Amino acid sequence: MKANSKFTIASLAAMLAMNTALCSAALAEDVKIGMVVTLSGPPAALGQQIVDGFQLALDQNGGKLGGQSVSLIVEDDELKPDVALLKAKSLVERDEVDFVVGTVFSNMLQAIFKPIVQSDTFLISPNAGPSTFAGKNCNPYFFVTSYQNNQNAEVSGMIANEEGFENVVLMVPNYQAGRDNIAGYKQTFKGTVADEIFTPLGHQDFSSELAQISTSGADALFTFMPGGMGVRLVKQFEAAGLDESVKFTSVFTTDETTLPGQKDAAVGFLSAGAWAPDMKNDANLAFVSAFEEKYGYVPGSYAAQAFDTANLIASALEKTGGDMGDKDATRAALEAADFTSVRGSFAFSNNHYPVQDFHLLEVAKRDDGKFWTTAKQTIVTDYADSFHSECKM
Amino acid sequence: MRMDRSLLVMALVFVLLLAAPFVLPPLGQSYLLSLLIKAMLLAIAAISLDLLVGQGGMISLGHAAFVAIGAYTAAIGLESGIENILVLLLLALLVSGLCALVTGALALRTTGVYFLMITLAFGQMIYFTLTSLAPYGGDDGLTLWSLATFFGSDVVQGSGQLYLIILLTLLASWWGVQRLSNARFGRVLRAARDNPDRTEIMGFSIFRFRLTAYVIAGMIAAVSGLLTMQHAEFVSPAMAAWQRSGDLLVIVVLGGLGTRNGALLGALFLVIVEEVLGSFLHEWRLIYGPLLVLMALHAKGGLSHLLFPANRTEKAGVTRVNGEQA
Amino acid sequence: MYGKADAVSLTLFLIQCLNGLQYGTLLFLIAAGLTLVFGVMGFINLAHGVQYMVGAYLVFAFQQLTGNFFVAVVLSLVAALLLGLLLEYFVFRHLYGRDHLDQVLATFGIIIFLNELAKVIFGPGTLSIEPPEVLSGSVQLTEQLRYPVYRFVTILAGLAVAVLLYITVTRTRVGMLIRAGATTPEMVSALGVNIQRLFMIVFGVGAMLAGFAGVIAAPIFAIEPGMGDNILIIAFVVIIIGGVGSIRGAFLGALMVGLFDTVGRTLLTEGLEVVFPPSFSNQVGPALASMLIYILMAAVLVVRPQGLLPAKGAH
Repeated sequence: MKANSKFTIASLAAMLAMNTALCSAALAEDVKIGMVVTLSGPPAALGQQIVDGFQLALDQNGGKLGGQSVSLIVEDDELKPDVALLKAKSLVERDEVDFVVGTVFSNMLQAIFKPIVQSDTFLISPNAGPSTFAGKNCNPYFFVTSYQNNQNAEVSGMIANEEGFENVVLMVPNYQAGRDNIAGYKQTFKGTVADEIFTPLGHQDFSSELAQISTSGADALFTFMPGGMGVRLVKQFEAAGLDESVKFTSVFTTDETTLPGQKDAAVGFLSAGAWAPDMKNDANLAFVSAFEEKYGYVPGSYAAQAFDTANLIASALEKTGGDMGDKDATRAALEAADFTSVRGSFAFSNNHYPVQDFHLLEVAKRDDGKFWTTAKQTIVTDYADSFHSECKM
Repeated sequence: MRMDRSLLVMALVFVLLLAAPFVLPPLGQSYLLSLLIKAMLLAIAAISLDLLVGQGGMISLGHAAFVAIGAYTAAIGLESGIENILVLLLLALLVSGLCALVTGALALRTTGVYFLMITLAFGQMIYFTLTSLAPYGGDDGLTLWSLATFFGSDVVQGSGQLYLIILLTLLASWWGVQRLSNARFGRVLRAARDNPDRTEIMGFSIFRFRLTAYVIAGMIAAVSGLLTMQHAEFVSPAMAAWQRSGDLLVIVVLGGLGTRNGALLGALFLVIVEEVLGSFLHEWRLIYGPLLVLMALHAKGGLSHLLFPANRTEKAGVTRVNGEQA
Repeated sequence: MYGKADAVSLTLFLIQCLNGLQYGTLLFLIAAGLTLVFGVMGFINLAHGVQYMVGAYLVFAFQQLTGNFFVAVVLSLVAALLLGLLLEYFVFRHLYGRDHLDQVLATFGIIIFLNELAKVIFGPGTLSIEPPEVLSGSVQLTEQLRYPVYRFVTILAGLAVAVLLYITVTRTRVGMLIRAGATTPEMVSALGVNIQRLFMIVFGVGAMLAGFAGVIAAPIFAIEPGMGDNILIIAFVVIIIGGVGSIRGAFLGALMVGLFDTVGRTLLTEGLEVVFPPSFSNQVGPALASMLIYILMAAVLVVRPQGLLPAKGAH
């Protein structure tokens, strides 16, 4: 790790000021991993995928990661920032965990970020990848194993160029991640944006927006409607007959968490992502079949990223021999990302966000009647986010 | 003020709260302090809400908005370079007071459930306004990289000192609201709640008394917001969500409306029950829900009356809120 | 604003009105039960929204079991009614004369319990069901846009229920008692009417209406735990605008909120874009659009503190 002495001193000072007892992992005991994910409310399915994916990696290695026994403590942030903060503090102060894995949503990550990294605990996000911590606020204790939030949208813009869409309507929920997606899309898309529509978060009835889309004369729609919103939008989109005139492209809208609700209505819809369950590398084939056998449902990107997160930690623990006392050694081991990702290629950029390939995904129905996304074509390789140059790490 | 059991128990609770930061960390339970801080911050906001609901019969479902206003005013102040906590406090009081004055003047044209709904409406407006503050994080909220100081010193940071400050604020707001309720101001509020027509005839402007209470309650809630910001180092529009206002109402009702200790007991109860139930059952809400139903059915007057049944004279129980006759 | 002909805007406007109407009738189904229970018994039933959710889950479960949508609808209505009566018998009955806040606390507890129960039984994810084959087609409205038959059916169903309720309330003996109960409950029971039974009937009907709304909403919206929480707040907005206890008020309020929310949302964003630069209107527009119905309610309350069409004689 280059030039991080400044950070260590700063965080040491902060720690002394906080009167926190330094937890030393010199004792030969289990490596403790805390997890903060959303397990209640409508998006609970996403958090569950992360728990399941991580647990699968643990179980495959007999409850160990990198040869070290691991105890996993799972906390539910209830999608409330203050709850997330309290749970994160309890993990750091009471359980004295060595790693925190979380969160699903960017706003939860914002809430827990400071107390965790200030206590010199490694925070690894298996999903949320806000721009906030990718640029000048990047942190030596923070890693992201998923993507940077804008990336999928940027790739969607490239897909639109490639598919020859000229007139596109952008529709997102009115919150930061939605706005990030629009910004990312516009950064790469070369055609005309016919309209930008912002809906409330958790929107129920899209009929009004669909009418707007149909009269706008657009040839494609780009949207970001995770969870239940995506299920409703896709079904209503199809019921209004828009799928014949307007191409549906999206991110996190037609994935394995929403397809069980969308079913046939989503078949053929396009999206962008770094992973799909049908990717043909050995690690992924093994992961998907083991996952389906154990949990009985098709894993989505959330599960895959959590599985990768567990294997990343395993690779680091293997290198350090489980010695959590030497933070620098652990950090260096994490940065090396010396594990086999289900995504094929995977490396960390200087800001600890991933550098990876992105693909065009398409929804398909499998022979057994279940639905999943398939990777059709690689759009961009070794793609790093656009904030990493601002990170002085 | 009569010396009775409820007062003694209250003193005991405060002594325990005061002892906690000295006793818990050596036992390796410093995490519990975060829990107590959460309970105390809730209690401050609930005490101010009880002034409205318990004394004045004004059921507000938008009170959390004032907590958020306090937090956001301070956070925005910090972001624009104001660091002194006293200046931030002044700003928070000013902004929340003004907001309460305007919304209160409109909302108090209505009574009963109409009042509940119009406060909800104002709360929602504030919530959506906060979500549209893109420079301050919008819906994601804002992580604060620097915190408020006391004339440049960091004595108002760090969880140890902050704990004591929050405890002092709790004590002060509890005492202040007690004094207010026992003074003529509180008697007029209660009279207006129980018999608005007669109170009006006696020459009191109900509207002015209620508006004053509304503004005071909003300002106390804002103080809780400011402290929440300083403790969490983070603000988000979720602080103003109507569910938060609902939680505050539940605390006040659980604890016992208009009683001396209700708000504090309710807040402690809520936080402890959540923590205890949640620790052994992930589906703890399956127990928590029916528990609330049972409390509503069988514990008339809330925890406060369960613990101190003798203390009933203080409030005979509101049958119809805000003088509304159904 | 993108240089389109006025004809397109007019079509858009008309379609939005249709959407608003559809949303409004759905809201009416929920608000009707809420306003009756509140008006007749003075009971604040926060659990009304969760009964809407239960309706949606019931129709999902029964369709899985029977494979027939219409059978599932009938079974769901019966089950929703039964649930309503059970809740009335075990909980609500004991809270009629009590402080509003005790009712709030109890029904809040029921919300928490049923939301969690739905999650435990059906999982946290989003479920969906298909509308029945006969109703699954769509009508061509414009060149690009078709309007699903099912949505037309929901409008008709909502209107039918409205007419039926109106006739019941104004023309029948039960309706007379309901109106009397809404204004002077003491007088009604003093006259020897079995008020307990009247309350049970009103409550059961209210629960069934909420369940029915959930049933017909299930194929349009997705089914998920907590789906009733926000719609409950909107239903309260509706009955407050209309005036508590009044079926006519609930109908007017529901249509106003439905149209205001759907049409207003489009007009507002377009209007702001004309006046302000896009960066500003994109920032403020969506937030303002979400506030619209609350602004509407606050405005109505400031001008008419008892709502637009309060039940006659209510103080």
